[in-house]
Amino acid sequence: MIGIEHYIVISSILFVLGVLGIFLNRKNIIVILMSIELILLAVNINLVAFSVFLNDMVGQVFAMFVLTVAAGEAAIGLAILVIYFRSRGTIAVDDVNRMKG
Amino acid sequence: MNDFSQSLQLIAAEEVLTVGGLILLLAAAWLGDRSSKAISIAAVAVLAICAFIAAPTLGEGLMGPETVAFGGQYTADAFAAFAKLLIYLSAAVALMVAPGFFDRHGAMRAEYPVLILFAVLGMNMMVAATDFLTLYIGLELNSLAAYVLAAFLRTDERSAEAGLKYFILGALASGIILFGMSLVYGFAGSTDFAAVRFVLSGPLSTGALFGLIFVLAGLAFKISAVPFHMWTPDVYEGAPTPVTTFFATAPKVAALALTMRVAFGPFGAQVDAWQQIVIFVALASIVVGALGAIGQANIKRLLAYSSINNIGFLLIGLAAATPQGASAMLVYLFIYVFMSVAGFVIVLMMRDADGQAIESIEDFAGLSRTRPGLAWALLAVMFSLAGIPPLFGFWGKFVVFQAAVSADLIMLAAIGIAASVIGAFYYIKIVKIAFFDEPVDRVAPVTQTSHKVILAVACIVISPLGYLLTPWLGSLADKAALALFLIV
Repeated sequence: MIGIEHYIVISSILFVLGVLGIFLNRKNIIVILMSIELILLAVNINLVAFSVFLNDMVGQVFAMFVLTVAAGEAAIGLAILVIYFRSRGTIAVDDVNRMKG
Repeated sequence: MNDFSQSLQLIAAEEVLTVGGLILLLAAAWLGDRSSKAISIAAVAVLAICAFIAAPTLGEGLMGPETVAFGGQYTADAFAAFAKLLIYLSAAVALMVAPGFFDRHGAMRAEYPVLILFAVLGMNMMVAATDFLTLYIGLELNSLAAYVLAAFLRTDERSAEAGLKYFILGALASGIILFGMSLVYGFAGSTDFAAVRFVLSGPLSTGALFGLIFVLAGLAFKISAVPFHMWTPDVYEGAPTPVTTFFATAPKVAALALTMRVAFGPFGAQVDAWQQIVIFVALASIVVGALGAIGQANIKRLLAYSSINNIGFLLIGLAAATPQGASAMLVYLFIYVFMSVAGFVIVLMMRDADGQAIESIEDFAGLSRTRPGLAWALLAVMFSLAGIPPLFGFWGKFVVFQAAVSADLIMLAAIGIAASVIGAFYYIKIVKIAFFDEPVDRVAPVTQTSHKVILAVACIVISPLGYLLTPWLGSLADKAALALFLIV
């Protein structure tokens, strides 16, 4: 039988993978956008699982809002990435270093 | 509890902002960038209307059930009104200083005032949210507009990089807050602040504790408290200066008000669980902000570290966990907004004869002989930020430490006062460069009247004359703090 703790474990693993993806990735900013998406999906698994477990609709409504905001966030992230690529000609993470200190 | 039509009346300021923002968006699309100045003026007018709507709520000190809208999703009480008024003020300044800056780069676009209005709408929802769902929507509405604003100077490499860094770390922070909220929802069974507080008033389960820590860590990102401060200097330096003025004031007020609401609302029965964390974060912010600023050569980076430092002092009020501490934080926030506005308007006024922005601190040398007015304003801001009496910045630090001492956090207050001496070093260094070094005479005379007026008003408030405001400010902050503690 799959219980609530299995869902929490899965979502925690996905969340940690997302956070590590942001910090360990040295190559490409697109991968960072994917990691952010992974974090939000981990949250959604949590919300839906808790919603079913608690027999309460709020979690599922919340998940819908998160999906909507995630779409907006991805759109804005890609737009900023395009501006950045136009001025720098690269999207490698190690090259994002015009400002330091 | 109010019905639907009463709820709509309670969110009148947000309705004005939404409708105003949408109409101005249409106007911007139809009339193009030529209309950007007219749209900026209209946006300031919208903010003024909202301020008139919010002011009576604060003046009458409204609180309790009659301020709760949409079944507990939203609370338009005196506390929210206090934060809202500071947000409107900061946003209006960011709108007024923008045309002069962007016109030089040929980049004044009509979207700027619209984005500011939507960011303000998001912040309004943040400070009034009493449900994790409302909180999240407000936070994201603010953040999404802010990411675009940071990258607003599209052709500038630094602005694009600032936008990118702000987006990545901001999205990570939102993700962390969200994960925390999902855990709190799961272990408390509700997203409503009052219901969560009721459930968490007993012993704290591990899951809810993790949720609390994640939510607070994400909020620390948003207020740029140590150890989640690393994005601040880069974003402040890279973003266009009017946008930096905005970032240093309005979102800080909103995120800090939100942190107070969350700490005293849903987690208000678990003060022991978060007090130690807040004390650590406060002291770390004060020390890192002070030490980090010492080696900086760029004034915007220096002001970024200074804002990290100030957030540390503000969090001392939070650590006290009393209505007196909350009231002290609001007083400090009010003074902080004026100090930041004055500081960044001075940065905006620093231009050489070709109109190029001067951001290097070395170029301030001998400012007192070439541009005395500017130099004395700089002195007022720096001494006020350092908290040196008789300037008004001292009063903010004084009330915060007073609250910490009456909450028996004497060690915290002592370490905080000792650390503020380190901070005084770099503030006084700038004053020394401006007043005693050989003049380099790069700064050209200031032409914009709007900058001069804003700087003059802000300098009068942070000058010793500001102490005339203390009885009035104190009573408003007390009303707001009472409203914050009443929901509980």
